Amino acid sequence: MINEVYLTVSLIVLLTMSVGLIRVIIGPTPSDRMMAAQLLGTAGIGMLLLLATALGVPALIDVALIFGLLAAVAVAAFTRRRVGRDEA
Amino acid sequence: MSWIDWLSAVLVALGALFFIVGTVGLLRLPDLFSRLHALTKADNLGLGLIMLGVLPQVGGPLQGLKLLMIWLLVLLAGATGAHLIAKRALRGDGEDLFE
Repeated sequence: MINEVYLTVSLIVLLTMSVGLIRVIIGPTPSDRMMAAQLLGTAGIGMLLLLATALGVPALIDVALIFGLLAAVAVAAFTRRRVGRDEA
Repeated sequence: MSWIDWLSAVLVALGALFFIVGTVGLLRLPDLFSRLHALTKADNLGLGLIMLGVLPQVGGPLQGLKLLMIWLLVLLAGATGAHLIAKRALRGDGEDLFE
């Protein structure tokens, strides 16, 4: 019974995450787009935690951890980028 | 369902509610700083509530500790990221580069 609740809530979180990605398309500045990417990280972690418990796959918790690390690195890398001094 | 299952269900549903509020804020609020405010706070709280709701159902104390550490990492990363994005936008170099 509790597993069905988890699956339903996980679906709802997935839906809000997808709707939030509209901001990536319409967002006027790159900062808006980065915020949507951060939402993807946070909501993805929540969804994976729910799925790991509902489906009984504990490895998904580690996947959630990687999501969190990658979202943090992505935001830091984006904010350090400068237009004029881009050697890469 | 025992009372602890009900507690989990209520906490998880509250967490999903906060995620919905965060997304609505991200899409509807007028400028960048208010959107940043809505998104980071609501989402981190929602994730915390979902984590608390999942916590009674995990296998052992180590798994629960891992969940707590993930939430702490997300809190730290979210706060730092919000400050970095806000600082970059305040300096005025947040415009689109390829237009």
